[in-house]
Amino acid sequence: MIAFLLRRVVYTLPIMLGVALVCFALVHLSPGDPLVSILPPDASAELQQQLIRLYGFDRSYPEQFASWVWRALQGDLGTSIASGRAVTEEVFRAVGNTLRLAVLATLIGFVFGCLFGFVAGYFQNSWLDKAASLTSVLGVSVPHYWLGMLMVIVFSATLAWLPPGGAGPGGSGDWAWDWAHVQHMILPAITMSVIPMGIIARTVRALVAEILAQEFIVGLRAKGLTDLGVFGHVVKNAAPTALAVMGLQLGYLLGGSILIETVFSWPGTGFLLNSAIFQRDLPLLQGTILVLALFFVVLNLVVDVIQTLLDPRISR
Amino acid sequence: MNRTTASSRFAPRSLGLSLAAAACLAAFGGSALAQEKVLRIAMTAADIPRTLGQPDQGFEGNRFTGIPMYDALTHWDLSKADAPSVLVPGLATSWKVDDKDKTKWVFKLRPGVKFHDGSDLTADAIVWNVQKVLDKDAVHFDASQVGVTASRMPTLRSARKIDNLTVELTTSEPDAFLPLNLTNLFIASPAHWQKKFDAAQGATPADKAKAAWTAFAADASGSGPFKMARFVPRERLEVVANKAYWDPKRTPKVDRVVMLPMPEANARTAALLSGQVDWIEAPAPDAMPQIRQRGFKIESNAQPHVWPWQLSFAEGSPWLDKRVRHAANLCVDREGLKTLLGGMMAVPKGTVPPGHPWWGNPKFDIKYDVKAAQALMTQAGFSAAKPVKVKVQISASGSGQMQPLPMNEFVQQSLKQCYFDVEFDVIEWNTLFTNWRKGAKDPSANGAHATNVSYAAMDPFFAMVRFTSTKTFPPVSNNWGYFGNDEFDKLIADARTTFDDKKRDEALAKLHARIVEEAPFVWIAHDVGPRAMSTKIKGFVQPRSWFVDLAPVSMD
Repeated sequence: MIAFLLRRVVYTLPIMLGVALVCFALVHLSPGDPLVSILPPDASAELQQQLIRLYGFDRSYPEQFASWVWRALQGDLGTSIASGRAVTEEVFRAVGNTLRLAVLATLIGFVFGCLFGFVAGYFQNSWLDKAASLTSVLGVSVPHYWLGMLMVIVFSATLAWLPPGGAGPGGSGDWAWDWAHVQHMILPAITMSVIPMGIIARTVRALVAEILAQEFIVGLRAKGLTDLGVFGHVVKNAAPTALAVMGLQLGYLLGGSILIETVFSWPGTGFLLNSAIFQRDLPLLQGTILVLALFFVVLNLVVDVIQTLLDPRISR
Repeated sequence: MNRTTASSRFAPRSLGLSLAAAACLAAFGGSALAQEKVLRIAMTAADIPRTLGQPDQGFEGNRFTGIPMYDALTHWDLSKADAPSVLVPGLATSWKVDDKDKTKWVFKLRPGVKFHDGSDLTADAIVWNVQKVLDKDAVHFDASQVGVTASRMPTLRSARKIDNLTVELTTSEPDAFLPLNLTNLFIASPAHWQKKFDAAQGATPADKAKAAWTAFAADASGSGPFKMARFVPRERLEVVANKAYWDPKRTPKVDRVVMLPMPEANARTAALLSGQVDWIEAPAPDAMPQIRQRGFKIESNAQPHVWPWQLSFAEGSPWLDKRVRHAANLCVDREGLKTLLGGMMAVPKGTVPPGHPWWGNPKFDIKYDVKAAQALMTQAGFSAAKPVKVKVQISASGSGQMQPLPMNEFVQQSLKQCYFDVEFDVIEWNTLFTNWRKGAKDPSANGAHATNVSYAAMDPFFAMVRFTSTKTFPPVSNNWGYFGNDEFDKLIADARTTFDDKKRDEALAKLHARIVEEAPFVWIAHDVGPRAMSTKIKGFVQPRSWFVDLAPVSMD
């Protein structure tokens, strides 16, 4: 197990370096001016050159990349050109906000996804299966920015039941798990949860159907196990895959949905990426992508380890 | 009590809870809180504009973190809705160019002005603020503030203290536009910065200075009518009234202003409709009728803002023929475009409107006259069977760009009737912006004969000089189309070296008239800066400006 773990950790290092390289290349090769957020449109070429030198964009790409990676290894992701704040500070604040939202959305998605999946798998071809499958297909198919706007129109603008945006009365600076703040999470979390819910439901349905068709289930029933007992075995066999899917979904959600976080003005990583892209804030863009990739890789590792613990065959 | 926070707006409203809340408020000083008048504004920016004196986020930054928290030597008069905003004294009570050396200006400072941290405004503070963006050797030099300063006062070079309340500014060449440019130099407190610097950690003075600016941004000190109270990066800025402000006419009426960045128009609209905020910038155009129906008001006024096609005068451009330029200007159905935009534009007659001090009565009248346009095109050798091919670089979105796709498509259809075959090269906004500096002859123009970048027209350099001087050909500045000649250079020099305000305006009026007559643009629209707000808001004036003054705003 330790050897497996070490092997997986070592594998992540070239992945991270590759991610850093791709991220750096994409950001630098895209058109536009890296100083657009602090340079007004009428800035002269002379001023532009002066600032390019001051920010180090006149150095060669390898030099810039090496310097960025070296500082990143020391925990310094540079300074945001637009805000002047440390990128590390900006990214981790946003990650904290997105994490809260992603965990809530994943929980909602996991609970309802499993529920629909088990119901659909257990009662295959019944009206319950059709209803649950339809709901999960809708969850995957509906554009979630559209759903978000619909939620805002119905529950905020029309009924005034829930606030349409923001992270709470004082922002996320004084976050607490109280109603004043949690109510700001409800609409974005539900909107975010529909995709993992649909994916988990479809996966679980297929798994349950496949497990129920296996011979050991017949054996269990022949041994006189009750339906509840059989269900326990189905859950145990379906859990590793369901968890892996959930882990991946959490990874995707941690990236923050740019559209959802923008629609709900939620100050997470998606919102941050949106700002960084529009302002062409290269240090912020690179730093955010790198941290998100790191989270994704670590989360994959954690999921692999949990899967291995649940199913030792994997480590072999 | 008018404070309706997001939490209270959506909280359960049972009688028991209300009574309990009332009891708690009374017990913990709620009566004082209840008196607080809070104005909540949703901005279009994705982040709080920078708070350290020189804001980013274009003029929305000046509007919300510059003008409310800081003063400049000169101010725009934002108190009138029915006349162009003019220059008035700010921290300087008077200013005068040196009779012998026109590159030197003397500014007399207002006595008794204090920064929010309690320190005094002196000539040293002005010198320090000029150094922060122009003197690379100064400890407090901040590269991040240079961009939005140097280009807005391109000739300013240095500042020198004459006495405690007198300062001399020097320009690189005689420049009568300097007092107008100085509205963009917001004066921060050096004493407050020094405290941050002394407390900062860093191996070198430059590191400490960087840390000091970061700390200053989170706890700023200017001398404006509002003081910074709370700052949550990317989420909210709260400012409170500076009751000791030096100008009694601009002592704030509300106690607190909360500014929230909400870049998405539908999100802002929902925030207004649901009562989360009291005021939104740029509501979603489709939502205007609903906003009005729900009892909110929409404020707008013509802004010094031009939404044009800037034309290329490079070899081979069809716009080299003046008849074609005039025809295009006569063929755009601007009233129809206004209807398309729900009334949210003003019809232009030039870069500035008639009645403006720089108007100048041009001989060419920009209007909708298809027959005259067709006649000009026929004279130029074009017809329905032989249209002129025109390629225009446009963006799909962008700050100040209004609704670029439907607007351009409307203009394309409009021009078709006058034998123009318009093709668009749609590129990303920041790329279009970058290309703007490179010019029509650069490969980045992709063979385009015009570019569609909107611009501010508040000061003469922004409005006219940078588009018509041969000294501003790319890559120096924004004369993308290489329009200019000796006549225009002389008109510009005349205006720039006329130091009497009235005569300078007359010189600028001559320049403007000639620009309209030569038509290096197709003038299509002026923005009107729509904003929607609650009827609880009183005393708001929307001037003919990019800026607004929050100080006189009150709430019922």
